[in-house]
Amino acid sequence: MATLLEVRNLTTEFVTSGGVVRAVDGVSWDVREGETVALVGESGCGKSVSALSVMRLVAAPAGRIVGGQVLFKGRDLLALSEEEMRRIRGREIAMIFQEPMTSLNPVLTIGRQLTEGLEIHLGMTPPEARARAALLLGMVGIPDPARRLGQYPHQFSGGMRQRMMIAMALACEPSLVLADEPTTALDVTIQAQILELMKDLSRRLGVAMLIITHNLGVVARYADRVNVMYAGRIVERGSARELYAEPRHPYTLGLLKSVPRLDEPRRARLDPIEGQPPDLTQLGAGCAFEPRCGFRVERCTADRPELRPAGGEGHVAACWELGRVARTPAARVQ
Amino acid sequence: MTDERPLLEVRDLVKHFHVGGGLFGGPAGVVRAVDGVSFSLRRGETVGLVGESGCGKTTTGRCILQLERPTSGEIVFEGRDLTKLDDVELRPFRRRIQVIFQDPYSSLNPRMTVGQILAEPLAVHGIVPERAKRETRVRELLAHVGLLPQHAHRYPHQLSGGQRQRVGIARALAMEPSLIVCDEPVSALDVSIQAQIINLLEDLQREFGLTYLFIAHDLSVVRHISDHVAVMYLGKIVELADRKSLYDDPLHPYTKALLAAVPIPDPELEARREHIVLRGEVPSPLRPPSGCVFHPRCPIAIERCAREVPELREIRPGHGAACILA
Repeated sequence: MATLLEVRNLTTEFVTSGGVVRAVDGVSWDVREGETVALVGESGCGKSVSALSVMRLVAAPAGRIVGGQVLFKGRDLLALSEEEMRRIRGREIAMIFQEPMTSLNPVLTIGRQLTEGLEIHLGMTPPEARARAALLLGMVGIPDPARRLGQYPHQFSGGMRQRMMIAMALACEPSLVLADEPTTALDVTIQAQILELMKDLSRRLGVAMLIITHNLGVVARYADRVNVMYAGRIVERGSARELYAEPRHPYTLGLLKSVPRLDEPRRARLDPIEGQPPDLTQLGAGCAFEPRCGFRVERCTADRPELRPAGGEGHVAACWELGRVARTPAARVQ
Repeated sequence: MTDERPLLEVRDLVKHFHVGGGLFGGPAGVVRAVDGVSFSLRRGETVGLVGESGCGKTTTGRCILQLERPTSGEIVFEGRDLTKLDDVELRPFRRRIQVIFQDPYSSLNPRMTVGQILAEPLAVHGIVPERAKRETRVRELLAHVGLLPQHAHRYPHQLSGGQRQRVGIARALAMEPSLIVCDEPVSALDVSIQAQIINLLEDLQREFGLTYLFIAHDLSVVRHISDHVAVMYLGKIVELADRKSLYDDPLHPYTKALLAAVPIPDPELEARREHIVLRGEVPSPLRPPSGCVFHPRCPIAIERCAREVPELREIRPGHGAACILA
């Protein structure tokens, strides 16, 4: 499969009262045509800022992309004019957010919010756009679409709003959808419905997806490849199967071991990652995970490890002690 | 650690809220938030209360805490029915039942230091009347929850989410409670921190003989921490059992669907697993469906389910389900 999006050495900074924070620190990842890639990590690791940087939606003046390239179909999005970028957003790359209520306009009807993009990007006439909007609502499983077009977001339930967001994202048939915690605000049974819908539509329409989440279960169910982020950097990447079965970075291993699992016998005690995520204004020269790491050695405090091969094809991890992690019995998660 | 008489017995608890009917309120109606719920907690055990938003699990907790006065039903705690007591009579019981909230940030006063937050209830309730001794007690409480003495001088915004939740737990402990209602205590925390807090709650339970009502929507976490589990749907308990039989052999179709909906962090297993996806959404508690409240979404419902309200009945010893087909 050809590469659709390639992010190279992306660096995004924010000016805060505590100093300059490098929220995304020289990160590289890619998405191929039609595949689903996950960016996983905990709050503040830089996963959402990565997606906002791709869309060039980082809030200025506090936030600024200070380096790198975002190659989409070979063109560097960071070098486009704002006018050219507007033709990419929604048309070529669409975004789904966690809180549909805050990303929908409360005073416009559902129909208007769906038809706007169709008229602007695809040059449809209002009747054409309305017909397609009804079709889209039907496609995401909203019953009685013609009547629903005249309603407002507050008349929709949380699950229906998220279906509406998916319809909006797919309206102009983009080749890539960035989904930022698309189901985190939803109940378990509705989460399952929305994820099945996204998976089904992405397969049928051949849309590539970037799922941003902290939920390791969601990633296991839906992603082909996974990038694990910690403190603004990617610490491990691989196929979902290999990364879950043979994690090589101590942080990935720690995350997988810390969650209770329904498919395993209940453990007497959970195995947490000790300590707290680091303050990004106070990062040292070494590995950001070192203070919490059970595998740390002397060199970790002074010398930051880069990603290097950690197993099968495309499996990389940023750790000096890969070999020792691999030999730990616990590193075989299953 | 358990003795014969339960610490808490909830009998036929009902809490209805009247909505609308006012000047701008739209048509009047009754939300049946909790609609006839019964369960009990033995000393030293943890009962998990699971369900999706709007199922009534938090309202049940708030009724037990007497933050809501129930519409009807009994809440018997340490032998006394709390619903029959007036505000003065309730006061000693309020100390004995404490709560830990989901979001420690909005439940801690931002203008008070951690030390002041922990010392205030000790003074107000006369638990430690002498100021000097209070400082010692605050340090002890901090140590119990894994914080350092210097954290007493910090303000809530200077702490991480996990540390704030530790302060929330210390504040509950300060009152020397026998029962703690934990309302989604880890769902706002990062994955790596959740396990720390769960381990802490378990350690404190052993050390102080605490009893927990653990309200949560995460079924994996509830399985880990609970001895008994009640599954709620639209104001009713649909299944109630000990942990092992509920998770190994669920009887109610809603419990089965909930368990199937939880994604497991294992791509190989997820690829093989059958996914039951429930159709539709939870109906409004303003207009609950007739018969079994779950029947419009139930994959195995028959015509009788729309007419007959199923009682929670014991299907196996100690394992109840409210389903005529169970």
